[in-house]
Parts: sequence; C-alpha cells; structure tokens
Amino acid sequence: MNATDKTWPWKLLLAVILIGVAAGTWGAVQRIDYQWRWNRVPQYFAYLAEEARKVPFDGKVTAIVPQGKDVLVTLVAGKSEKIVLTVSADSLKVKEGEELFAGDTVGFEKSWRLGPLMLGLWTTLWLSAVSSLFGLFLGLITGLARVSKNFTIRWLALLYVECIRGTPLLVQIFIAYFFLGTVFNLSRNVCGVGALALFAGAYVAEIVRAGIQSISKGQTEAARSLGMTAFQTMRDVVMPQAFKRILPPLSGQFISLIKDSSLVSVIAITDLSKSGREIITSTFATFEVWLLVAAMYLLVTSLLSQLVFYMERRLAVSD
Amino acid sequence: MIKAQNVVKIFSGQSGVVRAVDGVSTEVAKGEVVVIIGPSGSGKSTFLRCINGLEAFTEGHIIIDGVDLADKKTNINKVRAEVGMVFQQFNLFPHKTVLENLTLAQCRVRKRSKKVAEEKARMLLRKVGIHEKADEFPSRLSGGQQQRVAIARALAMDPKIMLFDEPTSALDPEMVGEVLDVMKQLAKEGMTMMVVTHEMGFAREVADRVIFMDEGKVVEVGTPEHFFTNPREERAKLFLKQVL
Repeated sequence: MNATDKTWPWKLLLAVILIGVAAGTWGAVQRIDYQWRWNRVPQYFAYLAEEARKVPFDGKVTAIVPQGKDVLVTLVAGKSEKIVLTVSADSLKVKEGEELFAGDTVGFEKSWRLGPLMLGLWTTLWLSAVSSLFGLFLGLITGLARVSKNFTIRWLALLYVECIRGTPLLVQIFIAYFFLGTVFNLSRNVCGVGALALFAGAYVAEIVRAGIQSISKGQTEAARSLGMTAFQTMRDVVMPQAFKRILPPLSGQFISLIKDSSLVSVIAITDLSKSGREIITSTFATFEVWLLVAAMYLLVTSLLSQLVFYMERRLAVSD
Repeated sequence: MIKAQNVVKIFSGQSGVVRAVDGVSTEVAKGEVVVIIGPSGSGKSTFLRCINGLEAFTEGHIIIDGVDLADKKTNINKVRAEVGMVFQQFNLFPHKTVLENLTLAQCRVRKRSKKVAEEKARMLLRKVGIHEKADEFPSRLSGGQQQRVAIARALAMDPKIMLFDEPTSALDPEMVGEVLDVMKQLAKEGMTMMVVTHEMGFAREVADRVIFMDEGKVVEVGTPEHFFTNPREERAKLFLKQVL
C-alpha cells in the first residue's frame, strides 16, 4: 500500500547484517581471550575526588557541626588560633574534645571531578572550535582572493592553497611546532590551533571560491546595473546565496576538522585521543577505551550534522 | 541623452578576435524609444551592455547625460544608478523577497530609508500589477511576473534611461503580452528607452526609431513605418522576410 510496507524486507536484511557483524566481532574477540573491564572506564569520565583535610597546628576539637552530607570541624589552639575544616561526614576521623597534632587527618573532603576523557573531549572541542573560526575567516579571505582580479593576490592565495592541500596535516603540525614554534617561541596550543586553522582555511577557501563561482553572472550584473559597488554586490547578493550552497561542504569540512584535530596529540596536546592513550597506559583496557573514544567523536560529529541539517532546512525557505 | 560615437567592442578569446560591435554611432534623445533589432550574434545586446558599462568597450565614446564612459575618471556606479537595465533572464535576487528586491539598491545606492524605499517599491509593484506578491520569493512567481518585478526594480532607482535586453525572449508565449504592456505604458509616460527585442509588433507600435544591426554594424536606421514597409538594405529585407 505505501512505501513502508515494501521496505520491511530490506530493513530486516539490514538488521541481520548488523547483527552478523556484531556477532562475528564478538566471536573473534572471544577467541583471543581478552579480559573486558568496562567497570574501569566510568571513573575516567567523572570521579569522586577525596582530598585529605589535615590539621595545620596542634589543638583541640571544640565543635563538630553537621551540615548536609558534610560536617564542620572547629579546631582551637590556645586563645588566638582557630580553624574550621569541612569534611565529608562518613570520613570523619575525630571526636569532639580530642587533642590533635599538626599533620593529623581530620577527614576527607569529597567532590566530583571531570575525568581525563571529559577533559580531553573539552580540549578537542575548543581546539576545533577556535581553529574552525580562524579557518573560516582565513578561508573566506583566501576564497575571495582566489577570484580577485589582481594577479598577485590571486597567486598568493593559490600558492597557499596548493601548499597546504599538497602536504599531510601531520607534517604541517610538526613544522608548526618544531620549526615555527621554535623560531617564534610559540606555545604548543598556539601551534596546534595555527596548524589546524591554516589547514582548514585552505580547504574552506576552495569551497568558498566554488560557491562564489556557482552564482550566475547575471546576479552580479543585475546588482551592478543598479549602481551597487563590487563590495555591496558581494556582501548583499553573491555571498548570501553562495553561503547557502556551501553550507553542506563547509560543515563537512568542520566535521573533518574535529576528527583531524586528533593529530595534535603528537605535539603533546592532551585532546581526546591523547587522553585515551594515557588511560590505556594505566589500565590496559585498550579495546574499551578506543571504542569509547571513537563513540565520543561520533557523538560530537553527529550532533553537528544534525545542527547543520536543521540550518539547511531553515535556509531553504526561498527555494 | 545618450550619444554613442564609433563604439567598438573586441572580444579576444581562444578562437580568435571577434569585433562584436564594430563602429556603432547613434544618439537617443530624451523621451525617445529606440528599438534595436537584428539576427542573433549581430552585436545588439553587446552594444546595449556597453551603454551601462557591463561590457567595457574597446574604442569610441558613450556619453550619457554629458558623462563620458570612456573617461577613466567617470564613476561607473553613479552612471549605472541613472540607467536601468532589464535582462533576458530577469536576474531577480532569489534569496530576497519581491519587496526586498526593489528596496535593496534604493537603500544601498540612493541611501533612502527603509520606509521611503518600501513605499516607493509598493507603489511601483502596484503600477506593474503585482503588489499582492510583495512578500513572496521570486521563485514562486511566473516568468512574466518575475520580469515585471525586474522592471519595477530598475524603475525604483528613478533612472533617466531604461535599457531592455530581450526582455521577453525567455518567457512563455502567453506571458509576453503582460510584460510588453508594462513597457508600452512606460513609453507612453515619456521614459527614454533602448530595447533589444525580437518582438516586431512592439517595435512597430512603440518605437520612435528602429536600428537594424548585423555583424556588429548599424546597417539601417529609420522610423518603424519606413523600416517595416520599405527597407533599403538587402540584409534588412532578408531579416524581415525571416521573422515576419
């Protein structure tokens, strides 16, 4: 009757294939006798940090006041010295009236902290966001330069694009850090962001150029025939239309950048990938951590795709 | 109003050098309607595009209201604001509504306020008979409606001269009439017009003067009665026999 009725065998086939792949992988892993330790993983997202609260001087506990899950321990020495320590109620090790010496532990203060995986994810996100922003700016300028009437500007843009697109990003990151970073005394974060932005900029430039050139000449002619300047024509007529067309490839480029940012781990920036590697050195949970890291990248990139998909639909109103 | 002196436009491409416009001289007085006809490739469109500087001509002079386009000091944007142009392919801005199509250049070039520009735009849309489509996007309009919007867009700049580059060639036959009606109305109101067209009926009815071009040259000039009934040149006779 309708399409859904006809597609169910294919949906079934898809499910069978996916289950087959999963089962095959499972079977293969069973044969190599790998110890799965998923229980070790959650602490790397967030963990309950325990910080020992120690007595700074000899004194006497004068009061223990409960406050929610914590207790406030008041310590007095002589007449002048007084201190209030906050510790978790279940870790309290002293009693009221007890004499304590400097360095004794009163208890522990517990608080939730983000684990290395979340910190790494955060690094990956801001690194990608900042490089995307600079890359977009650079790409916009270079893209416009690529269609410039001026020979020098056009060729400068072309050389930049060709140099970046013709060399591997990994090598560019090494050059940015070990050569430029050393010569100009730059921090590793600046080098990382710089290399990623330059890399993205070259690709964005080509996308922008193609977008501009895809807008028919008639649009420019119509705007210019009304007396608008070249700049006004570009800003009010050509770019808004070009932007709509380049949004899909542009977003693809930025999604790529999130993935490519994993390469900055080679210059010891602790992004998501490097966090993963560090966790493995202490847990040996290789399979779990890499699968998780991949899933986290996938989550971020698919959220971004959805956002772009939504924007595209919003922009499509004039079609 | 418009004075063209010995205008030459040379295209040099891989296939060689083409003299698309080859020494055209003509004058258009204020309020005059001049129709340029001729076979395709005769350089009539290229000549028209030279008049508002969309094509830079190679030699000669085009003087509009005392301003010489060949002069390097001429601000071409100022000239273009005074010379409206209507294209074969309409070239409306697809990302802007009909109303915005009419107000954009008014605000940017004439520096009118949004309110003044919108009033002007609505007045012109009413004049060309599509004010109820003001808030639609151009893609929702028929070809004839789009071309009428394009005419209104050019008129919104209060031009002294209107150029029409085959304004009905891309239209379905049933829509040609509505566009020609708007153009006739304009001519009646005394607008100075140069029209490149294949609509012989329009030329005969509205033109003060007909220019026949072939191979980049003006072959014959005359009143419509003279040109359509008794052309002198062989090429003009041949052309008329083919199109009429």
